[in-house]
Amino acid sequence: MPTFVIPDKCDGCKALDKTACQYICPNDLMVLNKDTMKAYNQEPLLCWECYSCVKICPTQAIEVRGYADFVPMGASVTAMRSTEDILWTLQFRSEEIRPKRFKFPIRKGVSEGMAQPFDHYPTADDDLKSQTLMGEPEALNTELGSVKFDKVPTL
Amino acid sequence: MANFETVTVETDLLICGGGMASCGAAVEASYWAKKNGLKVTVVDKAAMDRSGAVAMGLSAINQYVDLNSGNNTLADYIDYVRNDLMGITREDLVANIARHVDTSVHMFEKWGLPIWKDEEGKYVHEGRWQLMINGESYKIIVAEAAKNALAEAGGELIERVFITHPLIQDGKCVGAIGFSVRENKVYVFKAKATMVAMGGAVHVFKPRSTGEGFGRSWYPPFNSGASAFFTIYGGAEMTCQEVRFIPVRFKDAYGPVGAWFLLFKAQATNALDENYMQTNRPELDNWLPYGHVKPVPANLRNYLMLLDVEEGKSPIYMQTAAAIQKIADEAPDEKSAKRKLKELEAEAWEDFLDMTISQAILWASTNTEPEKKPSEIMACDPYFIGSHSGASGAWVSGPEDLQTDATKDEYFWGYAGMTTVPGMFAAGDASGASSHKFSSGSHAEGRIAAKAALAYCVDNPDAPQVDQAQIDALTAEMLKPLDTFEQNKDATTDPDINPAYIRPTQFMFRLQKIMDEYAGGVSSQFKTSDKLIEKGMELMGWLQEDAPNLAAEDLHELMRCWENVHRMFQAEAHMRSILFREETRWPGYYFRSDKPTMDNENWLAFCNCVYNKETGEWTMLKKPVKRITA
Repeated sequence: MPTFVIPDKCDGCKALDKTACQYICPNDLMVLNKDTMKAYNQEPLLCWECYSCVKICPTQAIEVRGYADFVPMGASVTAMRSTEDILWTLQFRSEEIRPKRFKFPIRKGVSEGMAQPFDHYPTADDDLKSQTLMGEPEALNTELGSVKFDKVPTL
Repeated sequence: MANFETVTVETDLLICGGGMASCGAAVEASYWAKKNGLKVTVVDKAAMDRSGAVAMGLSAINQYVDLNSGNNTLADYIDYVRNDLMGITREDLVANIARHVDTSVHMFEKWGLPIWKDEEGKYVHEGRWQLMINGESYKIIVAEAAKNALAEAGGELIERVFITHPLIQDGKCVGAIGFSVRENKVYVFKAKATMVAMGGAVHVFKPRSTGEGFGRSWYPPFNSGASAFFTIYGGAEMTCQEVRFIPVRFKDAYGPVGAWFLLFKAQATNALDENYMQTNRPELDNWLPYGHVKPVPANLRNYLMLLDVEEGKSPIYMQTAAAIQKIADEAPDEKSAKRKLKELEAEAWEDFLDMTISQAILWASTNTEPEKKPSEIMACDPYFIGSHSGASGAWVSGPEDLQTDATKDEYFWGYAGMTTVPGMFAAGDASGASSHKFSSGSHAEGRIAAKAALAYCVDNPDAPQVDQAQIDALTAEMLKPLDTFEQNKDATTDPDINPAYIRPTQFMFRLQKIMDEYAGGVSSQFKTSDKLIEKGMELMGWLQEDAPNLAAEDLHELMRCWENVHRMFQAEAHMRSILFREETRWPGYYFRSDKPTMDNENWLAFCNCVYNKETGEWTMLKKPVKRITA
């Protein structure tokens, strides 16, 4: 099955108010078995391998084994996601190819939870029927752009 | 009947879905709702942080018009979209999204999305309209702003509730009904306006994989036709239901090719090292004027490749190694060439890791280092996705100020983004004929439609009225698969094999087999004909008759039952529209072998359709393509 759970690492999110993988899976696949207090993928046929559960698991108990019907065995791609960046480790099937590690930023300038939705740009009018959306026209412009809009453009 | 509690939620604007269009709608609606004392409610079958097609992340923002640079105009973007869709596009809708999308992108950056910049501080373009991003958390960031906006405006987010049907009263949409996938609760939403933003449809057609890789569709398997069903069943006029999208991607894992083609300037070749875009170029003369525009429309690029596949010239390769070598060779010395190679390698892998991790697994498991050997590409299976290079969705009103005298009567009816059903709005994959909006444009379209929907709420302030009889009937219909399973499961020793019912997985396989073999799926190389469609519709009729016998063991399976009913309606609209349009216009998406040429004289027009849920009848309509650019 595409995602799998390592039983020794999964603690069923006992200390949390919800099971992280079950909460996040966009396709409602990850489930907590309340008898064993371990999670599992209830419908691997519909797993997109999106890694949402892998990335959110607080104990790194979930990994992905490539689709068995077309992926040769032996390789792995693991993810470690923090609040600022994500660290990837790629293990090839051949041990002669050195594993690759990549670290990419996932956020810039705004810490987790702090995205302020409304107040970055002034909104030109309060008319619910106008073509002006929140923050416009000012939000159409950048500091570097040469064309400055003072209203929402038309053809 | 199964014992369920009913929860009733009353609101002004109900937003159904949790993806990019929904997040755009939520943030914009919250801003205006706060000013006008209105209530916004979002309901989603998943968790907003990872809901929708951007759940995994993206490596690029594909619509940034960059109006303020002076390099592009709205008309440029309209030209690009119209040509890519072989002339079939609503220019008013495309222009409206294009004039607001840059705002969405600038806000994404303010909310913390890392967008690549060059030394001068300018965005790094992948192509003319595309920006490179570090997009692992793209969806989380956009959802965070939407959730914070809802919280500030006193709105409500309800997750893990699956919407099955619209509520329709006297021809108006007055809300939606669904059930919790976590507890035995039916949810009835009564709303003055309802926004449909529940994504496109995947797994209507059989995918290429034969086993476990079934879930590795290019577009996500949780896009299950909910938008299409909601709008069709609600009686909304639909458009471009024949315009499926088939992307060409890296074979089997469906990793993105955009960075390779646009950023790295890689070439694709057949097994004989021939570039099919050059060797098959004369074929483009048969699809004029679109065959001669630049860039060549996506479906024609597919078609030139498929011609080689049919001639037995596979495998088709993306020449990754040659492209990387060429860029490295341009470096002034060996040291900077080495540095450049390392940079390109990281960029290539990040492209996959941001949005199609399976492709990274496949490359690692096949010992593929892109700088050393080429990789196979292939056409995926057909998807319904109004936001990309497909066009299927509801027929919605454009904005008033972009209409001409000629278009106003056809394309404008009061509120931008409203379907032909009063009170029902659509955005993202749910709205049609406004292709190439992608993630950012879907967000912008959600914002446009949300503001208009609130204006509708102010103009129509009466509390929505819904007959209890309608709610009772839909509740019984919605929960029936649970009863069917419970009442019949003990009649055999294997709950999967029971003559009294069909479980949703097998129902989906049956739908997919019909579509694959009769409506131009993978196994027929996307070819169909009037006779094939007619036969397929006969088989589809029996599937529809069997749908009331779907069975569900639990809430999860109940959701699967309804997802597949939703897919079935998308499938029928697709077959009817292919049959109605008597020509072949997008040969790389589907080919009607009984009408093998494009007929601009008769079919430079929209194929629309309307379903009547009382009679089960479909009405097909031809609507004119009218341009707002001369």
